[in-house]
Amino acid sequence: MYAQMVKSTGSAVKSLDEMTPQERAFQERVDAGERIEPKEWMPDGYRKTLIRQIGQHAHSEIVGQLPEGNWITRAPTLERKAILLAKVQDEAGHGLYLYCAAETLGVSRDELFEALHEGRMKYSSIFNYPTLTWADIGAVGWLVDGAAIMNQVPLQRCSYGPYARAMVRICKEESFHQRQGFDIMMKMANGTPEQKDMAQDALNRFWGPSLMMFGPSDEHSVHSAQSMAWKIKMNGNDELRQKFVDLTAPQAEFLGLTIPDPDLKWNAERGHYDYSEPDWDEFFEVLRGNGPCNKERLGARVKAWDDGAWVREGLMANAAKRRPIAAE
Amino acid sequence: MKNEIPLWEVFIRGQHGLNHRHVGSLHAADAQQAILNARDVYTRRNEGVSIWVVPSNAISASAPSDKGPLFEPSNDKIYRHPTFYDIPDDVGTM
Repeated sequence: MYAQMVKSTGSAVKSLDEMTPQERAFQERVDAGERIEPKEWMPDGYRKTLIRQIGQHAHSEIVGQLPEGNWITRAPTLERKAILLAKVQDEAGHGLYLYCAAETLGVSRDELFEALHEGRMKYSSIFNYPTLTWADIGAVGWLVDGAAIMNQVPLQRCSYGPYARAMVRICKEESFHQRQGFDIMMKMANGTPEQKDMAQDALNRFWGPSLMMFGPSDEHSVHSAQSMAWKIKMNGNDELRQKFVDLTAPQAEFLGLTIPDPDLKWNAERGHYDYSEPDWDEFFEVLRGNGPCNKERLGARVKAWDDGAWVREGLMANAAKRRPIAAE
Repeated sequence: MKNEIPLWEVFIRGQHGLNHRHVGSLHAADAQQAILNARDVYTRRNEGVSIWVVPSNAISASAPSDKGPLFEPSNDKIYRHPTFYDIPDDVGTM
């Protein structure tokens, strides 16, 4: 998802009997559906895994602004431009809510930025793909935000209070994102034949990468098992991917567009759509830094941070100068 | 990291005359910038009519371990709730 393949402790989930009394009391609170709050005791692995997961989620929101920002100056109408600007501003907001949630776990904002810039932390693979046409902005809202919603809605019930609360705010706003994307797709799909072709082309290019957002099957992953026991991951990757396909296939049909998967068809027996796995070799290549836009995206982030250094320093210097006056 | 921009807690009063409520935190060099940032981060959809910002390190909080001593004593004082008292229906609304 926006956080993919987050590593947990790497060992099998302990049973209640194998836990120390402190760990056991913690797990029993999680099992009972209680929220864990920042200053309360938590296992070290829980804290570290959450920092990785929330941090990666935050980085995804921030880097996710770049492919869409690409089209702010080229949006086809003033209204579309204002809407896209508002959407990209929301993504910045989502990143900030999440960074705040991560910071309650004892990591600083600058540490998180540094880890991203040095490649020690990741952001979602999806943002390493280019947005080549205006229809891509529609596909991103419809498919990428649609996939994100699948994961973010259940995370509103996750065990860590600040993360769950950030998700509540994000989910409220995310629905606008997906609908504005679908609105663009409807306009394109019902437009001229050339516009419809653009919409189909965008769907062709974003379908596989959207399915990859959920990550490879984690049925046998010890990391996922631990995260699910801690209720910081609420569903398996395959389960969410299936849910996404089931919701999206009829929407594509409504648009009169074809999902680029010859094996996609309704399976009445399962009550789900059958679909083909995306190209996992490509996914791992993108994670390794070899996607179409990895260097450009991270480069833009680092440049923005470096170029903004004098502003941050100036603000701090100004605040320091004014502080004694304010105290008088 | 030695000169990291400080953290502020943000409180917003919504439309309906309720108390300011904690909504999250953000970084800002000073209070003025914190209020402007809070406007952008926490009120993009008309969520508020007033903003308070407080440096995070100025907040004193009760310790999680004090939960028992602080809050348990009120558990056994159920007579503080109106539903503790059985008033006959004949009395009418009370």
